[in-house]
Amino acid sequence: MRAHNIGTMEQPIKQPGAMPGSPAGLTPYSGDWGTPQVVHLLKRTLFGATVQDIASFKAMTPSQAVDTLLQPTATPASKPLNNYGADPTGVAAYATWIDQGLLYQDDVLNSGRLNSLQCWWIGQLLNPGRSIHEKMTLFWHNHFAMDATQHFSDIPAQLWYNQYLTLRQNALGNFQQLVRAITLDPAMLIYLNGNTNVNTAPNENYGRELQELYTIGKGSGSAYIQDDVHAAARVLTGHTIDGNYNYVFQAGTHDDKNKNFSGFYGNHIVTGYSGPAGAGELDDMLAMIFGTDESAKFICRKLYRFFVYYIIDDSIEANIITPLATLFRTSGYNITSVMSTLLKSQHFFDLVNSGACIIKSPLDLLIGLAREFQLKLPDASSPAAQYDAWNMLLQRSIVLQQEIMAITLVAGWPAYYQAPEYHELWINSVTYTERNFYTDLLITTGDMMNGTTLQIDPIAFARLMPAPGDPNLLVSDSLDVLLRPPLSDSSKQLLKQSILLGGLTTDFYWTNAWQAYIANPSDMNAFTTVDTRLRSLYKYIMDLPEYHLS
Amino acid sequence: MRRREFIRTIAPAAFLGGFPAKAYSWVPFMKGLEGATDNDHVLVLVQLVGGNDGLNTVIPIDTYGDYYKVRANIAIPESKILTLSNNARTGLHPAMRGLQALYDNDSLAILQAVGYPSPDGSHFRSTDIWLTGADEDQFLDTGWTGRFLGQTYTNFPVGYPNPTMPDPLAIQIGSVISPVFMSAGGSTAMAVPTDTEFYDLINGITEPEPDTPMGNELTYLRAVARQTNKYAGAIEAAAKKVTRQYGGYPADNDLAAQLKTVARLIGGGLKTRVYMVTMGGFDTHGGQVQGGDTTTGHHAVLLQQLSEAISAFMADCKFLGVDKQVLGMTFSEFGRRIISNGSFGTDHGAAQPVFIFGEYSQTGVLGHNPDLATTTDVESNVPMQYDFRSVYSTILRDWFCVDPTDVETVLFKDYQYLPFMKNTACNNNYDNLNNAGNSLITNDPNPFVSSTTLTFKTAGGHTLVQILDVSGRLVMVPVDGTYAQGVYHVTLDFSGFASGVYYARLQNQSVQQVRTILKVRK
Repeated sequence: MRAHNIGTMEQPIKQPGAMPGSPAGLTPYSGDWGTPQVVHLLKRTLFGATVQDIASFKAMTPSQAVDTLLQPTATPASKPLNNYGADPTGVAAYATWIDQGLLYQDDVLNSGRLNSLQCWWIGQLLNPGRSIHEKMTLFWHNHFAMDATQHFSDIPAQLWYNQYLTLRQNALGNFQQLVRAITLDPAMLIYLNGNTNVNTAPNENYGRELQELYTIGKGSGSAYIQDDVHAAARVLTGHTIDGNYNYVFQAGTHDDKNKNFSGFYGNHIVTGYSGPAGAGELDDMLAMIFGTDESAKFICRKLYRFFVYYIIDDSIEANIITPLATLFRTSGYNITSVMSTLLKSQHFFDLVNSGACIIKSPLDLLIGLAREFQLKLPDASSPAAQYDAWNMLLQRSIVLQQEIMAITLVAGWPAYYQAPEYHELWINSVTYTERNFYTDLLITTGDMMNGTTLQIDPIAFARLMPAPGDPNLLVSDSLDVLLRPPLSDSSKQLLKQSILLGGLTTDFYWTNAWQAYIANPSDMNAFTTVDTRLRSLYKYIMDLPEYHLS
Repeated sequence: MRRREFIRTIAPAAFLGGFPAKAYSWVPFMKGLEGATDNDHVLVLVQLVGGNDGLNTVIPIDTYGDYYKVRANIAIPESKILTLSNNARTGLHPAMRGLQALYDNDSLAILQAVGYPSPDGSHFRSTDIWLTGADEDQFLDTGWTGRFLGQTYTNFPVGYPNPTMPDPLAIQIGSVISPVFMSAGGSTAMAVPTDTEFYDLINGITEPEPDTPMGNELTYLRAVARQTNKYAGAIEAAAKKVTRQYGGYPADNDLAAQLKTVARLIGGGLKTRVYMVTMGGFDTHGGQVQGGDTTTGHHAVLLQQLSEAISAFMADCKFLGVDKQVLGMTFSEFGRRIISNGSFGTDHGAAQPVFIFGEYSQTGVLGHNPDLATTTDVESNVPMQYDFRSVYSTILRDWFCVDPTDVETVLFKDYQYLPFMKNTACNNNYDNLNNAGNSLITNDPNPFVSSTTLTFKTAGGHTLVQILDVSGRLVMVPVDGTYAQGVYHVTLDFSGFASGVYYARLQNQSVQQVRTILKVRK
């Protein structure tokens, strides 16, 4: 997986205490509240930071800003549409297929609908509002990873849409309830064989992943054993789907004997019941799992790696993870409160100064770019173009190795768990090349599909800056939005002089050019002069390795 | 200017083109431009940013009085002008002894008054015109060199590098790649930093990233970025082949440092066809000369640096044994006004002299000194004698040995060829037409009130007459077509035109001449 070994360079920061600010732990942040802090918070919780959002959040206190971001957003009113052509169930072009022809089993139709769903999801990511809700949903999608492309023949696309809604509805709620809902989610029941888990021959697949991947993990404090896997599988017998793909509990296939768990779970016994009461054993088992210290720590580590930084040394474990996990448990596994504490913490904002960046995931890169440059995307009034636009971003995310609803490994995207590289796994000589190719494409000729074009308008972006006629401010204000790591003054000078001024040493030549354009935007000469130089400037910034840090 | 942070960003992206990695496979050449891949000729473009004052660079001696009159406060004293062997009419700025020596050693062609009709006074726009090869009202998104390279090395970047072309097609010294290298398939150039940073690069030394977690990520990203640069190894290998260079490079001369890097890469055997180096500071609105001694001041320093850098570069090429491979060309976005301003400087102008240096340049001064006798308008510009694209077309034909039909493909039009290259460069055998002293275009009456009749002599083939006003604006094209050899007359109607000086420019194959004509009031 890893393309390049950088050897000793990794060592220094793996030492405890290398991350400044750790001792401050979860104390609420009380330092500067300027553009770098706001941009940091927004890039981590949304997708990219738009100029308008930066201004809006800057007017709040850090605490208000986090509270705002943690407000849930409404379930999307729009539903995935038929962008795939002929539909044997009779769904017209660009009508929704949701709740239509659910039972129709057809690989081709399912794959078309999945693409529609993926495109639609990209559309949701592009419009997160000022809420972490969409990013949290993506976090849980990675947590309960699945690959729909391997199940065209046995899981209707409708079920994946339902799963998205389940993730979304619980994304900022109660983690224990989320786990319960996912356990009984029809797509998951098929995906991890819950539907064939019966008392006569328990299938351990879900019982194992429930503990290993979803709740307890394999961290240092984890000590569940194989017997626990088997016992969990037995608890889960009978939870299945009916012929209409609805969840159902079939008492007849449920194992009604007692299930003995190991010392890790305090030798807990889940009492077996026959009849409908057998379904209730699940809640007994979940209470047992969430009664451990480890389950809260496991999730807190995962949240930390996704939203903060990937290295968890002894100091982070002691000062951040442990108190956060205690809070998580005592709050009854309230996701909003744990995120609130983490995002408001001194530690989270210390990253701005300590320079702890993470490498942008492909979706952070693509959706962030689209939002920061405010790409003109077709709206719902031209659904074909709208889906093509979403599809272009989807296709690029596939090339860059982050395809939503097609996570090859049940453990999620390796960048979020695979030590020691973690986020570096997003980048290798192929994906780096492809990232640069695509940012270059969008800033030059644009990406095209069926006559729809995705292209950055550099003038529109420059116009969002407070003083685009001042080449110094234009460069530094643009960098403030587009780059998290600061560039040195000499580098900013270079960008200004080599690109905006074309080697000239007098700033007002740019000012004149900009004013000439503003005075007469339709003048081809004035337009071309600023357009070409701005394209060159933003292309250069996006070609910097720093652009891939968030 | 420090460029440390950009060392590892030697623009790999520009090279990776628009194709998924799996598409990077060897694709056989389609038919490239005839001839261009058959030689090892290298072109070095030297861009003088800001607009160089041509009249104080290449100075008229035969009309020195007229010259002095229009710019007394900045005029170079006649006695200080550097003379050229076998040419008493024209001389060089006294700071340019290096270029004088190149001329006297048969390695420098001086082209007078190169420009384009209806010049644009904007640095930006005029730079774009020069780099793309566009007409003044045309907007191109490819550069003239990029089109040449893109058409010579077809399909680029797919299938490159390959055994035939293992190296970058072009190299930009510095960190930002010039639009001159943009082809339809993306940029054909790679950026290589200069001087000490260059040595750091080739020796694998990198400035340590900050000792923070971000430094860790940055190190990783930069390592991958470098790895994706398919040409880093070739450049490093070429640079390492050259262990000694000419010792006479001037110190504290950024252009010399850039050219030294170029010489090293050429000497190391890179097959790269075009290099670009740049030098800033030519926007001399004020303080161009020091009052009291006009041979000193900002412009003198620039010209000295330019001259010494090129001189050392040519000596280095000889030292490295690649002097016959190299041709250089200087250009700026425009020249400056004929009449100086009150700040010991000059404002944005139009046509400018171009230097062509190298063993295969045809030593001489092509064109004549501008006629300054009639200049009274402060906005007067040196009228264009040669279209800049004629310089490009000649380099393509007579240096890169491109078939003339293909030259037109690159430049979109059939520009005249100019006799500034030795025929032996491409084993071409064109007539070296020297039209000095032979009046090919005249008019009568002159001065005139409302109309005048031009008489022009054509050798046959495409013949063009353009009428330009004093600022260089194209006001009339009375002749533009194919003519049989002979003498022709055409009467021009100037009613409705302001009175004053105009220029009638004749262009016929590689010949051109400019006639000053004067419209007066009744």
